[in-house]
Amino acid sequence: MSKNPPSYVATTNACKLCTPLGAAIAFKGIEGAVPYLHGSQGCATYMRRYIISHFNEPIDIASSSLSEKHAVYGGGPNLKLGLMNVTEKYHPALIGIATTCLTETIGDDVAMFLKEYDRDVEGEKPLMVQVATPSYSGSHMEGFHDAVASVVKTLACDSKETKAGLNLLPGFVSPADIRYLKEIMEDFSLPVTVLPDISDTLDGRAAIVYEKIQSGGTPLAAISVMGDSLASIEFGHTMAAESGGSILEKRFDVENIRLDMPMGIAATDLFFQELQKISGGPVPEKYQAERGRLVDSYVDGHKYLYGKKAVIYGEEDLVVGLTAFLAEIGVMPLLCASGGKSGRLKERITERCGELLPEEPGVFENMDFYDISEIAESMNPDLIVGNSKGYPLAKKLSIPLIRVGFPIHDRMGGQRILHLGYRGTQNLFDLVVNACIAGKQDESPIGYSYM
Amino acid sequence: MEPLKERKEQIHRSGEEPFTLVCNKDSLAGAVSQRACVFCGSRVVLYPIADALHLVHGPIGCAVYTWDIRGALSSGPELHRLSFSTDLQELDVVFGGEKKLSAALLELIERHNPAAAFVYSTCIVGIIGDDVEAVCRGVGKTTGIPVIPVQSEGFKGNKRAGYTAACNAMARLIGTGDTRSISPHSINILGDFNLAGEIWMIREYFERMGVEVVANITGDGRVADIKRAHGAALNVVQCSGSTMDLARMMESEYGIPSIRVSYFGVEDMAQALYDVAEHFIKDAPEILERAREIVKEELEQLLPRLAFYRGELSGKKAAIYVGGTFKAFSLVKAFRLLEMEVVMVGSQTGTEEEYRELAEITDPGTIIVDDTNPLELTSFLEEKRVDIFVGGVKERPIAYKLGVGFCDHNHERKEALAGFSGMLNFAREVHSSVMSPVWRFTPQRERLETVPELLEVNR
Ligand code: SF4
Ligand code: SF4
Repeated sequence: MSKNPPSYVATTNACKLCTPLGAAIAFKGIEGAVPYLHGSQGCATYMRRYIISHFNEPIDIASSSLSEKHAVYGGGPNLKLGLMNVTEKYHPALIGIATTCLTETIGDDVAMFLKEYDRDVEGEKPLMVQVATPSYSGSHMEGFHDAVASVVKTLACDSKETKAGLNLLPGFVSPADIRYLKEIMEDFSLPVTVLPDISDTLDGRAAIVYEKIQSGGTPLAAISVMGDSLASIEFGHTMAAESGGSILEKRFDVENIRLDMPMGIAATDLFFQELQKISGGPVPEKYQAERGRLVDSYVDGHKYLYGKKAVIYGEEDLVVGLTAFLAEIGVMPLLCASGGKSGRLKERITERCGELLPEEPGVFENMDFYDISEIAESMNPDLIVGNSKGYPLAKKLSIPLIRVGFPIHDRMGGQRILHLGYRGTQNLFDLVVNACIAGKQDESPIGYSYM
Repeated sequence: MEPLKERKEQIHRSGEEPFTLVCNKDSLAGAVSQRACVFCGSRVVLYPIADALHLVHGPIGCAVYTWDIRGALSSGPELHRLSFSTDLQELDVVFGGEKKLSAALLELIERHNPAAAFVYSTCIVGIIGDDVEAVCRGVGKTTGIPVIPVQSEGFKGNKRAGYTAACNAMARLIGTGDTRSISPHSINILGDFNLAGEIWMIREYFERMGVEVVANITGDGRVADIKRAHGAALNVVQCSGSTMDLARMMESEYGIPSIRVSYFGVEDMAQALYDVAEHFIKDAPEILERAREIVKEELEQLLPRLAFYRGELSGKKAAIYVGGTFKAFSLVKAFRLLEMEVVMVGSQTGTEEEYRELAEITDPGTIIVDDTNPLELTSFLEEKRVDIFVGGVKERPIAYKLGVGFCDHNHERKEALAGFSGMLNFAREVHSSVMSPVWRFTPQRERLETVPELLEVNR
């Protein structure tokens, strides 16, 4: 199947978010950091609301709150004032500053403003990391990866001592995923720096005192020695050439290993092979058992899945991961769509699951939900896999939506969805196979009560 | 916690000091305001017009964050639930977005056949200088429908400026429809957005009274109705800011008087019906009769059911932070009906006069606050040891982290809280949060119950 994608001028129900949102989330994963948008107030407030609705956590994103006169004379003074106020109120260890469309267009030179700030302002000064995030070029994933790259560029060093341990740059995955990844590293006895680490900051516990800045996040001390690691693993192939991992490789000679997101058995095997190599030890028994149970369940459930047709959408790397997983359990991906446009989506999917697929799916970038719906409706799919924004389509087609990724705005627990590794795959597998079984059960005139 | 010094004058404590409060200021940089922007204000007001096309001209964020986020229901078309954007790209920013805007409009109008189109300018459009007005005029001519620019560049003021921009946009529609068949006892409902079907309930009250509703502005709104809104005898305006400008303009242009009402809480709801009836008292006294009957009927049903909730909630403490002060007033009264104590009340967009009035009707010591932020809210909630906080989605996690109950009273809510039955829903909402057994596990509650002095540690 490779129908030409529709091409419309207007975007209807976008399948992407704007660049600074990704940057803000990445900054939220750093210890003691406050994300800061240099722009007008609305952008920050809208993004906060959007992020809060998924994580159900307080998300403070500061803003320069630019008004008309700043748009004319430049936002420098307000940036300075804003940074001082954030410092006074939050006492952050770091302020992560992302620009917005407005400040990029009026040409504010944030780097220069920050230099002036450093020169002119006395007293407490948090670390400042700055990233350019105009939304008219790129989507939230560019914002996310560029923010990570900026953090590395600004803060990472090496001590010229012997190299040990691992940097893990997982991309935009869930807090549950990060917790699991850290558990894996611990079981491999591999010291790891996960950047960013939103496992606590965006999925916090009920706490005794309200924390102005949620505890957790990648420790700054750990970031500062990322150059000492043996290797970096980055999930995803669709980000820019200049990424956190590639910067560490160039500057400090830390080998950068780019892997697809470990979703499904094949991709997770590759991930564990790398961990084995880096750690020099065997795959811990616990994960061999997880893998074994997963294979067992694949076999138990395969008949309910074979030949089922799926529509998949979301961030490009997530789509690659999901497609590979679905392909390996016998589900046929018909449409793989993303609002991103790296130009690499199709190539990745072909490379990952080429021989597994009897038919090539329609793989399209730069899609919105209007395009996705238009194609999907002509394909008669059995299920949809993606974030909660595909719900109207699922409803229209009366087929199940398997909720993964971000945002999940119509269910609880988006932050606790586990996608990665054997355990995450098990979770996804159970969701997918049960959705198919439930569909069959609901359609049955007698409503049988066993499988 | 001490607020930032620039913020101090936007906070007042009732009865403890002479009233002063500064408001309608731009949000302070770095203070993490809970406010949105001009565009947000416009979008809130116009969005429920369900048969219009709402195209956001700008980069993608402004449109995608507002996709179907409000519970404004429609009884017919649902065009307003889609999120349309020109999704400006780098080249558009450099060379201007007019061509793209025009092409997008033509494409969408052909596809959806709307009764009118609204084009929202966002920040960046104000900078690159697109002549949106000219594009709209051109497309309007080609397509034969009203294509109306909304000057909602986010940085050109706050949410209030957005209300004005929305009213200006609607003013262009009003006066273009046929008003011949309209009854002399007729009204427009302004400032209700039909969240969870509220306007249907209110319309029904009015219709039972024998009053014709010409246009819903804008809940479950239709372009054709708005076009003939100038034929109504009276504008019934809810919400302090959002549609007041439109009422004023209709008064000066078409001589239509207006009254201000609120549909939240029993007292205000009843008063709204009476006020409308009073307006027609000379030639239709029976309208007041019917209003009285309705109120009586509804109260007979409501009050016994409310008694249970009052019994359980009496003496509990409430904090309020909402978009406009009109709602704050009604909520203060509604809590009073439940015998609850309001200890903090604030809004994003109130005026000095409104805050003064709030200070007058609330108990001494009540905190009155304009355009607050998460850290201030936190300190207020901790200081006052609140049982329930009424606010919007952005406030919810703050309340929950502090072990405080929460009731959503913003545009995203799914429960009808207006009208008489809305009061019952409200009581139920408050009750279901305050009385939930889960709080006992939250560390704050545990701690507060055992060692109240510990509260000091946090300041
Ligand atoms: S102006 Fe840009 S940064 Fe702000 S919300 Fe819109 S797209 Fe996002
Ligand atoms: S860009 Fe402007 S209009 Fe859009 S959300 Fe931000 S402040 Fe509002």
